[in-house]
Amino acid sequence: MVIAIFLGFVIFVIGLSVYLGRKTKTSAGYYAAGGQIHWGVNGIAFAGDYLSAASFLGICGMIATVGYDGFLYSIGYLAGWIVALFVVAEAMRRLGKYTFTDALDSKFNSRGIKLAGAISTLIVSVCYLIPQMVGAGVLVEPLLGIAQHWGVIIVGAVVITIVATAGMASTTYVQFLKGGLLIIFSTALVVAVLLRGFNTQPTQGGKVPYYNYKTIVAPEVDGKITVKDPGYQFVSEHDDKASHSRLVRLSHEGQESWWSFDKGFLRETQFAAVTADGQKMVNGAPASKENSLRQVGNIELLRGGKMATTGSVTPFDMLAALSDKNTIVRRWKDAKFVDETGAKITVYFQTLTPGNTLMRPGLKFKIQGTPLEKLDFVSLMLALFLGTAALPHILIRYYTVPNQASARKSTIVAIAAIGFFYILTLFMGLGAMVNGVINPADSNMAAPLLARSFGNMFFAIISAIAFATVLGTVSGLIVASSGAVAHDLMDRFMKIKMNDQQKVKAGKISAFVIGGIAIVLGILFKGMNVTFLVGLAFAVAASANLPALLMLLFWKQTTANGITASVFVGIISSLGLIALSPDLFKLYGLDPTTAPIPFSNPGIISIPLSFLTLIVVSLCTKKKETESEAAVEAVS
Amino acid sequence: MLHEPASEPLGKDFAIAYKTHLGIWMFVWYCVFYAGFVGINLYSPVLMEKIIFSGLNLATVYGFALILVAVIMAIIYNELCTKQEKLLEAQANEEESK
Repeated sequence: MVIAIFLGFVIFVIGLSVYLGRKTKTSAGYYAAGGQIHWGVNGIAFAGDYLSAASFLGICGMIATVGYDGFLYSIGYLAGWIVALFVVAEAMRRLGKYTFTDALDSKFNSRGIKLAGAISTLIVSVCYLIPQMVGAGVLVEPLLGIAQHWGVIIVGAVVITIVATAGMASTTYVQFLKGGLLIIFSTALVVAVLLRGFNTQPTQGGKVPYYNYKTIVAPEVDGKITVKDPGYQFVSEHDDKASHSRLVRLSHEGQESWWSFDKGFLRETQFAAVTADGQKMVNGAPASKENSLRQVGNIELLRGGKMATTGSVTPFDMLAALSDKNTIVRRWKDAKFVDETGAKITVYFQTLTPGNTLMRPGLKFKIQGTPLEKLDFVSLMLALFLGTAALPHILIRYYTVPNQASARKSTIVAIAAIGFFYILTLFMGLGAMVNGVINPADSNMAAPLLARSFGNMFFAIISAIAFATVLGTVSGLIVASSGAVAHDLMDRFMKIKMNDQQKVKAGKISAFVIGGIAIVLGILFKGMNVTFLVGLAFAVAASANLPALLMLLFWKQTTANGITASVFVGIISSLGLIALSPDLFKLYGLDPTTAPIPFSNPGIISIPLSFLTLIVVSLCTKKKETESEAAVEAVS
Repeated sequence: MLHEPASEPLGKDFAIAYKTHLGIWMFVWYCVFYAGFVGINLYSPVLMEKIIFSGLNLATVYGFALILVAVIMAIIYNELCTKQEKLLEAQANEEESK
């Protein structure tokens, strides 16, 4: 039944795109849906485009694991639409035709801008594609019981079919459908969470018995941990610097297990291992369907009460209870290391967090830390704010409406729909955090697993919508990328002579190739939080595209060379800073403390650098470009 | 200039200057509001724990406000722009008919 609902939805989406594909014969139809989409439909399609895997899977997952810090992404992503509405929306509709580069190049007809714009569109879209594909993989794994890489391949194949059949028209209606359904069913999920209320020993509606994790008294004397329970023997200790944890291996009746040390107590953990000979183990036994990691997350004390069930709560009650300093939430963190036998160990350990700390920024972003850590936070908020209005797949949606007023109105519909959804993310994320549904190995599945705690039917519907979320966003990204290759590079930069039908064909072939690249990258980046990855894509977009777009609109001295240089400097500086950051060092398997760049979000450096480059190069080349324009005018 | 216009003809928009000016001002006001949120987190993060009303702390209230204010400002912006577009278009039509 679950699989039938899921497959039915996917088949419906493909059918819709094939039907719409019959109507698409021209470039304007393929890249801009003929410019005839109603602003209301386009507004919800904007929401569909924007509420990607990062929003539904990633933000909910991050809120479920680090509380309010995950909600910062919701705030920043929504605030970015203010830049889009007040500064960019109508100008984009006025200047452009099919692609972001069209708008950038509207005053110049510069080959440099065409090349820079196309490369930037491709890079930003690929950075944004990776998390979508990662999200697709994690979705199908529990739903269809197939491996993560098959999920990525299925999404890639379906999306290529959608884009190659109808382009922007089908993408728009898929986005409209999916955006609407996502908001409706997320609202239903939040209502279900509120009706269930809180329980300090959650059982997923009676389906999964609550597991009581053991605690052993273990005082520390002269730096040495002494285990007071005679049934357990101390084996070894691992001091994990990356997670700031002390982990102890104990032996009990011949079975070894890992425990985390916390102020005189040892707390039971969960642990996974890949032994030197490749065998996968979970909690000391071979991994299997029956022996997998337990789902986690619960309230330890609710307003100071050890055993509490509230019954249904209002939205304000829920937030107030979780913000209370006497409420203690049991969260889970992980530590990864290699032990003395060469086995790769991951220990998932508990940490108790009071509500007042949980419900304000600070658990992930160290705003009370060093100046550099504070700068990292500012950099993230800056990139989120400025990134939205610089995402090529969002910008090209302005070409699908008939005029500037429609562009403006569709943005307002988008802001209202997206704003409402982002408020829901806080409730879904916190709901997952306290309902014992989180998979400690992958936070991305928090919202779908929360839905599963209300029944398999709900899980199937939410998963199908989440899958469509990925399909829709990937479709939009591939349309933007194929436009960059076929329209900007082949047609306008290389000046390859093509008639209208050949241009559409070139776009479809480009979509096929980019879809293939997305599949490979989606498999390679498995396991990373998708919101974090999208945050990086925002930083690249805000650095490479926004300075050029804003200066083109508001600074008359801007030159073609200035725009070209600014785009390239934005791309190189943001990607370079990301590649040398602590988070990427972790991905490479290196010690993050040795990363040459001490923060993870590059925007605070790369965005001003891109602006500065544009100003300096424009001032240096203004006279030259004016002279060459005058010469051309004299000749003509 | 050496290029063809990239966009299709969209019809005359008489209110571009007004909308650009209004857009920039509203953008600046929202920026100040957003910067206030970032600033409080940087300089006095503990202030974000302060309960404002109905048990909700400043972080929650400010976060929701950033979202709701964006929606409200967007609606106001659209109303003002639409009004001005209609007014200027009517004036232009009147002058043309004279």
